[in-house]
Amino acid sequence: MMTDGSASDRPVIDAQKVGLTFQTADGPVHALKDVNLRVLKGDFVSFIGPSGCGKTTFLRAVAALEHPTEGRLLVNGMTPEEARKRRAYGYVFQAAGLYPWRTIAGNIRLPLEIMGFSRPEQDRRVKDVLQLVELEGFGKKYPWQLSGGMQQRASIARALAFDADILLMDEPFGALDEIVRDRLNEALLKLWARTGKTIGFVTHSIPEAVYLSTRIVVMSPRPGRITDVIESPLPRERPLDIRDSAEFIAIAHRVRDGLRAGHSYDD
Amino acid sequence: MRSVGPVLAVIAVIVALWYAAAVGMNAAWVRDQAARAGTEVSFLQIVPQTMAQERPVLPAPHQVAKGLWDGVTGQAITSKRSLVYHGWITLSATLLGFGIGTGLGILLAVGIIHNRAMDQSVMPWAIASQTIPILAIAPMIIVVMNSIGVSGLLPKAVISAYLSFFPVVVGMVTGLRSPDAMQLDLLRTYNAGRGQTFWKLRLPASMPYLFASLKVGIAASLVGAIVGELPTGAVAGLGARLLQGSYYGQTIQIWAALFAAAFVAAALVGIVGAVQAAVLKRMGMAR
Ligand SMILES: Nc1ncnc2c1ncn2[C@@H]1O[C@H](COP(=O)(O)OP(=O)(O)O)[C@@H](O)[C@H]1O
Ligand SMILES: [Mg+2]
Repeated sequence: MMTDGSASDRPVIDAQKVGLTFQTADGPVHALKDVNLRVLKGDFVSFIGPSGCGKTTFLRAVAALEHPTEGRLLVNGMTPEEARKRRAYGYVFQAAGLYPWRTIAGNIRLPLEIMGFSRPEQDRRVKDVLQLVELEGFGKKYPWQLSGGMQQRASIARALAFDADILLMDEPFGALDEIVRDRLNEALLKLWARTGKTIGFVTHSIPEAVYLSTRIVVMSPRPGRITDVIESPLPRERPLDIRDSAEFIAIAHRVRDGLRAGHSYDD
Repeated sequence: MRSVGPVLAVIAVIVALWYAAAVGMNAAWVRDQAARAGTEVSFLQIVPQTMAQERPVLPAPHQVAKGLWDGVTGQAITSKRSLVYHGWITLSATLLGFGIGTGLGILLAVGIIHNRAMDQSVMPWAIASQTIPILAIAPMIIVVMNSIGVSGLLPKAVISAYLSFFPVVVGMVTGLRSPDAMQLDLLRTYNAGRGQTFWKLRLPASMPYLFASLKVGIAASLVGAIVGELPTGAVAGLGARLLQGSYYGQTIQIWAALFAAAFVAAALVGIVGAVQAAVLKRMGMAR
């Protein structure tokens, strides 16, 4: 995977001593403190930790939606703003957030229109990503005509449409039921294998993190920080039943221990 | 159409109460007449007479209906006695005022959401403007505009616009601000500019709010146009009809004009509603 020379050696996301403090009416909130992390091209990195530990804040900082108050954060070797201008990433929020007045195809077209792709190019890309998320034939439907899981798939397609090589996902399947979530996880792994994208994925679920990731970043709150980074020994090819394997269970244990060590469940 | 039954029932009750009120209120005059002639009248004689007076205190429903019918169909529509003629005069001022008010309201709303200074300065004035009774403002507008040589349609339209811009401002500000933080963040991840955010997100998101405001606005416009016809001794328009009716005690004429105005208002609101349904359907927002 990492054989194509210098570009791969440079981390896609490079955080050095990143801190981010929100000034609020009740005083400063240290959402992130001393966060060091390097994400390489093609990595699937999950962020796991109790709510309030800064997972969302970190992802938003990578997306230039928040600005670190300390340290240095680089995306593709650039500042997050520059990276955004170069369409470095697609962002998937917890809610699909599709525009009700646009069809599914129209929603996927949205970033393409904003970025000024030609009409034929838009059509081609919409068709491609619809196929990628297995929503062929749903382009002309309106969002309310689709199930929650299908809507979330459409929102992933929207994030993929403009060929960003980083996909940032903030609890994208958090609102979906277990069965749908399993299927989407499987689909996401396939999509990752086919596209070779770098994925940053926030989750609350230990099995989800272990099943999906090449690396699992365990975080703890007050102040938000990284307590453990676990390299997964699992192969990239992962059938769903890998979750019953001893290796899988061992990693899950380590994640759970990491979460405990961060005495993160004191609330 | 499932609500036709209850609506008819309510109308029947109102008509019945109205007849009762007409009998009660007009009976005095019948008794006076009888007393003057030195005759006695029984209740059963009074009742029909209360419903056939030329200038009743309260005309009976069928008298109003007849007045309305004669006014609409009984005259050439260019006649000064035609309600169609007067209705059109008022309607044209209403539509012009509605157009101006809506345009102004949308412009103000766009300014308010994009400019902090406007946000803080315009809204209080807009609210203050609506606390001044329109009856106090209307004559001033007409007199001032007359003095600079503008009369007829435009002053009335201005009063119309004065009443209709406010709901549009309030509705559009709410509508343009209705997209939540996540939707705005999504556009930021695409590096979208303010203009793109406006056209692709804020404006379409505001459509349901706009139409809700337009329904209020068009009714307010009609009120404005009618009020604009009152203080000037205007000779044409539903407002003029109302005023003349009250000068000469032509109660039937007043009521007929009132109902004409109500029907025009209902039709206008109905048209806005139909446009709303069509637009939202095309946008895929109607289910
Ligand atoms: N815009 C903000 N203003 C103030 N505090 C914030 C803001 N966003 C997040 N926080 C605080 O920062 C901390 C981390 O939040 P977040 O990154 O959302 O956590 P997580 O996604 O892990 O649940 C929390 O204490 C949260 O209350
Ligand atoms: Mg979060």
